[in-house]
Amino acid sequence: MLTNSYVNTLLFGVYPYICLVVLLIGSLIRFDREPYTWKSDSSQMLRKRELRLGSNFFHYGVIIVILGHFAGFLAPHWAVDWALTPVAHQLLAMVVGGIAGFSAIVGLTILIHRRLADPRIRLNSRKWDIAITLMLWVQLLLGLLTVPFSAFHMDGALFETLTSYVKGVVTLDGGAAALMLHVPLVYKLHILLGFTIFLVSPFTRMIHIWSGVGSLAYLFRPYQIVRTPKTRAKEPVRS
Amino acid sequence: MKIRAQIAMVMNLDKCIGCHTCSVTCKQVWTSRQGMEYAWFNNVETKPGIGYPKDWENQERWNGGWKRKKNGKIVPKQGGKLALLSKIFANPNLPEIDDYYEPFTFDYEHLQKAPELETAPVARPLSLVTGRPMDKIEWGPNWEEILGGEFDKRSKDYNFEAVQKDIYGQFENTFMMYLPRLCEHCLNPACVASCPSGAIYKREEDGIVLIDQDKCRGWRMCVSGCPYKKIYYNWTSGKSEKCIFCYPRIEAGQPTVCSETCVGRIRYLGVILYDADGIEKAASVEDEQDLYEAQLKVFLDPNDPAVVAQARADGIADNWIEAARRSPTYKMAVEWKIAFPLHPEYRTLPMVWYVPPLSPIQSHANAGAIETVGEIPDVQSLRIPVRYLANLLTAGAEAPIVSALERMLAMRIYYRQRQLGEGDGEAVLAQAGLSAAQAEEMHRYLAIANYEDRFVIPTRHREEAEDAYGLKGSCGFTFGNGCDFGPPHSTLFGGKMGRRKLRPERPLDT
Repeated sequence: MLTNSYVNTLLFGVYPYICLVVLLIGSLIRFDREPYTWKSDSSQMLRKRELRLGSNFFHYGVIIVILGHFAGFLAPHWAVDWALTPVAHQLLAMVVGGIAGFSAIVGLTILIHRRLADPRIRLNSRKWDIAITLMLWVQLLLGLLTVPFSAFHMDGALFETLTSYVKGVVTLDGGAAALMLHVPLVYKLHILLGFTIFLVSPFTRMIHIWSGVGSLAYLFRPYQIVRTPKTRAKEPVRS
Repeated sequence: MKIRAQIAMVMNLDKCIGCHTCSVTCKQVWTSRQGMEYAWFNNVETKPGIGYPKDWENQERWNGGWKRKKNGKIVPKQGGKLALLSKIFANPNLPEIDDYYEPFTFDYEHLQKAPELETAPVARPLSLVTGRPMDKIEWGPNWEEILGGEFDKRSKDYNFEAVQKDIYGQFENTFMMYLPRLCEHCLNPACVASCPSGAIYKREEDGIVLIDQDKCRGWRMCVSGCPYKKIYYNWTSGKSEKCIFCYPRIEAGQPTVCSETCVGRIRYLGVILYDADGIEKAASVEDEQDLYEAQLKVFLDPNDPAVVAQARADGIADNWIEAARRSPTYKMAVEWKIAFPLHPEYRTLPMVWYVPPLSPIQSHANAGAIETVGEIPDVQSLRIPVRYLANLLTAGAEAPIVSALERMLAMRIYYRQRQLGEGDGEAVLAQAGLSAAQAEEMHRYLAIANYEDRFVIPTRHREEAEDAYGLKGSCGFTFGNGCDFGPPHSTLFGGKMGRRKLRPERPLDT
């Protein structure tokens, strides 16, 4: 079914934009209208035993993976070609992504075990807390499965196709979906699940990623913050 | 010089009877909610003891407060900015809820609904975290009440530093005191400095430190940053909360709930003017034992015309300057020097100060003639070791504590001598460095402690208040769910939390 060109256009031409729009607009609406729900929703307070190991492995791994995706797919050719051949580029992605992805999935496995096995955490979990964690686990697994798969296509051609597709999506190229027609299934599933995670993010704890990036502002602010009646008067009155 | 004003609190530990009315009224008003059952914005500890949360004073373990680097700069003890952000995924210094206590209720329903049984039905404890029965309640917010538990465990108290503590385990040498604690509303708050979101702030006009609940992202760095462990993570809402110094009452000129309801009338609230530009320097002095004096120097004399002129220039209203002149907290901290900050060595410049407690003369001293130094009994023969109080209030410097205890004793001797016609008491006052007028004023504030003297709180100016027109007819602060009470129910963003409800298992029913 995934090789039907209509379905292909729907899934890889239209669906990504639906997901991206919901991610951006949904996040904005939640940030603006429901600021009290905007949080990382940590459960470390209730039980820290497995969290330190799992959370650090997962977060550091996944941050490298995400930055790798940004750099690998969105960096223009001129920024990469002088340093790396397509084959070397692919190899770099496989090695770094593989290690980081492995760290992330190990961490996430620990976190899932903690969330499901510890009654304190299990009983205080929202349905979406569990669902999104499982989605991320499957997504990491799919991502890692592409590594051995890529090893059989070391010429960099498939990699180039995928790069062109991602660049096509972000540059609003209507024909990009056609590139995906004959790409192996594991890549298709990885991309579809990835966009689905974007789609559900505004409705889950995933919005804390925005704030994680925002917290870098901490590096540039003075330690002490004083608010005056004047500055507070400008804050929105919320009920 | 930039002058700001703060409503500071002083607690006269000499009169605290440990009744916990402050804690209970505070809980009723502010933290009687899911996720905050374990949190006590105000709690009363029996000292010596490890306190709540366990061992909170041990900063080698919790890394709260500030540390002074070799170059003289201070950084949060849990790490500079980059180090702190790198720990954001799992905070290594965060207490677990068991370090406070697992909140519980009892299965009261069973008492009403139990069928006929051979034995009387019992109400078993139920965890408020899981809703499940607990085998045993292991700890509570006041587990060491009136020296509960073994001395061995209580003697882990950090304030026994440099005290020969072994003898205080013996019955005839034992001592105790109460320590009510709330947020210190510090001049140099470590929680504000630790917040990656910039959600915590100090209010310029009255010094109250608050967490912007809409901006808090639940990174939990403030919980570990605060050395007094007075920021609590609400595990239901995912936000941190803290004592708000009852700011809606303060703005209206009323004392905080804990102060208003204090049965022993030990709490005082009053304005202290301080030099905001001097904070960093005062918090960075090299020797920890100088921190108390350094903080005193940040406080400004409201009777000094230069200070008044600058305060006016910095926008402090006249009723606040007038209140600063009549401030009971200023009198106790600066004029009489009988009040001290709690653990100044944390370098946060706390603004809730304590008058150290007098204690009975030890029995072995009583048996013979009471040791006196001049006219005043030797404070070293008091039951509570001076060094213990010094560790608590002056980073170990004993001289200021001795002087304060002597002044409190001198005031008593002065009044007794005159009451019994034993003399005019002038000699004893001279020895303690007090004038008759000061002793009489101390008596009025400490012994009579009238409401108007204890609480001198200027009201906020109406013209500076926020425009509340938009709040008209609305429901005030809610938990992100319109006018509904309680935790957020199912909305598009973040649904209902878990399946947690009280589920007692009742093996006794069979």
